Amino acid sequence: MPAIETIELTKDYRVGFWRKQARRALDGLSLQVEVGEVFGLLGPNGAGKTTTLKILLGLVFPTSGLVRLFERDPRDISAHRNIGYLPENPSFYDHLTAQEFMTYAASLFGLSGRERSRRVGRLLEQVGLAGGLPLRKFSKGMIQRLGIAQALVNDPEIVFLDEPMSGLDPVGRREVRNLILELKDKGKTIFFSTHILSDAETLCDRVAILDRGKLQGCGELREILEVGLSSTEVVLEKPNRGVIVALEPYACSIVRTGNRVRVVLRAESDVGQALAEIVGWKAKLISLNPVRLSLEDYFMERVQNKVGSSAGEKAAGMEPAKDE
Amino acid sequence: MIQRIRTIAIHTFKESVREKVLYNLIVFALLLIGSSVLFASISLGVERLMLVNLGLSSIAIFGLLMAIFIGIGLVSKEIDRRTIHNILSKPVRRFEFIVGKYLGLLLTLAVNTGIMTVGFYLTLYYVERRLGPEDLLLLEAIYFILLQLAIVVGFALLFSCVSTPILSAFFTFCVYVVGNFLGDIRWLGQESGSAVFEKITSVVYYLLPNFSDFQVISQSAHGSAVPCHLLVSGSLYALLYVTVLISASILIFEEREF
Repeated sequence: MPAIETIELTKDYRVGFWRKQARRALDGLSLQVEVGEVFGLLGPNGAGKTTTLKILLGLVFPTSGLVRLFERDPRDISAHRNIGYLPENPSFYDHLTAQEFMTYAASLFGLSGRERSRRVGRLLEQVGLAGGLPLRKFSKGMIQRLGIAQALVNDPEIVFLDEPMSGLDPVGRREVRNLILELKDKGKTIFFSTHILSDAETLCDRVAILDRGKLQGCGELREILEVGLSSTEVVLEKPNRGVIVALEPYACSIVRTGNRVRVVLRAESDVGQALAEIVGWKAKLISLNPVRLSLEDYFMERVQNKVGSSAGEKAAGMEPAKDE
Repeated sequence: MIQRIRTIAIHTFKESVREKVLYNLIVFALLLIGSSVLFASISLGVERLMLVNLGLSSIAIFGLLMAIFIGIGLVSKEIDRRTIHNILSKPVRRFEFIVGKYLGLLLTLAVNTGIMTVGFYLTLYYVERRLGPEDLLLLEAIYFILLQLAIVVGFALLFSCVSTPILSAFFTFCVYVVGNFLGDIRWLGQESGSAVFEKITSVVYYLLPNFSDFQVISQSAHGSAVPCHLLVSGSLYALLYVTVLISASILIFEEREF
């Protein structure tokens, strides 16, 4: 049984003064997230990530298609007992303290008495907010940390995080990353949206890329990055002009930084000839490394509709997006 | 379900009582009730009548202002600040949220009316140097004020689900004013000679709550008890109206997207 499943999910928002025009925010999105997975939903701004999350949480209703959380409809509140949610740029009640807010959140899950106090205290300590300051005096990072704490107050099976690193400093980002990894170790399913690709690269088992409401690709991160062995990078120190000219036919980019020149070769087959030129010109070789496709390259390729060959996709275990 | 509604109601109460505007209104109301001593002292022969009328009217007016100013923000503030995302992602049914919000504000109004009532009775005691059984009859008028406030908050909640806070305040205030003059409005329609205008005023007459039925301040000030059947029918009327308003709010809220 998948933890999260969407089938041909489509959402049209009514826009305009008379709300007669429809703007498609999601277009036939089909996804499956297994129990215990860390799943990243990636996409540029306006891609439909937040709409997807809101549909999964029952805050927005799909125009067509199906959504299931542990085989339950998100409009059925019993499905909400096992989920935690951190909204994008969360905002809470200014007049409450972190303790009061967490107690309120826990009470909505039916927690009371000693169990509620224990969980609230432990979580606030975990995110470093065990003080009596009112929320209006909280920094953005503190609000984000409180948002994460309230999302975990019911010890959920699925945690939805909408841009969890947004507004956090490097220390805060690392803490959130560690927290997500801790949750993964506990077997929780984590579904998060982000446009910070390095976070997805560090955390996700699988990613899906959305652009303009359409799924552009979905697959295991490990396989995406393994298949993308795309080129070789050569770094030379104080090379003379002759070797640079000789390498030009094999290079797709040559960048000079101080005394060093970084040459990215077009193809693996060019490595031998390029090395022969370097040796022939007696240039000082600093390093020669294979360059792997980064998630950023993959993302840009997908978003800019430069979809790779189907053979490559098969090798990567990716599910190419269906063209409507 | 009851526990979640109670949690939301208590939270709403806490939120409301921390609103600065509420304290300002209470202070003004208490000042006005206190100042009624001065007006009473220059009203020879009708000191008590003056004191009671002014005191109860202050409770009614400031109660109304509290109901409107806090009621209009009940739902819209949660939507604007996006705190609603957080609440509805938890196992909270939408109707539980609406009912909890309503009850929380009603509790706030009841507590504040209670504070104003204490201020009013202290003023009465200061002037009369005693409190008699006829003074206890004034509680009936305060009860009817609370019934009116319960309906006003229902309207504020309904408008808050569909409109901006400023428009909600305007509409709620309009309902209150029109609801106090429904009899006159209907009479005006009948006397106008225009069939269309008469129809419109009839619809307004039957649709809006008749707040003039709740106006027992003058009766209480003269020391007359409100008949029991009026107490019962007034309570049932308010209960029915509030049920309709909350049901309409729930219907709208169930279909809203956030």
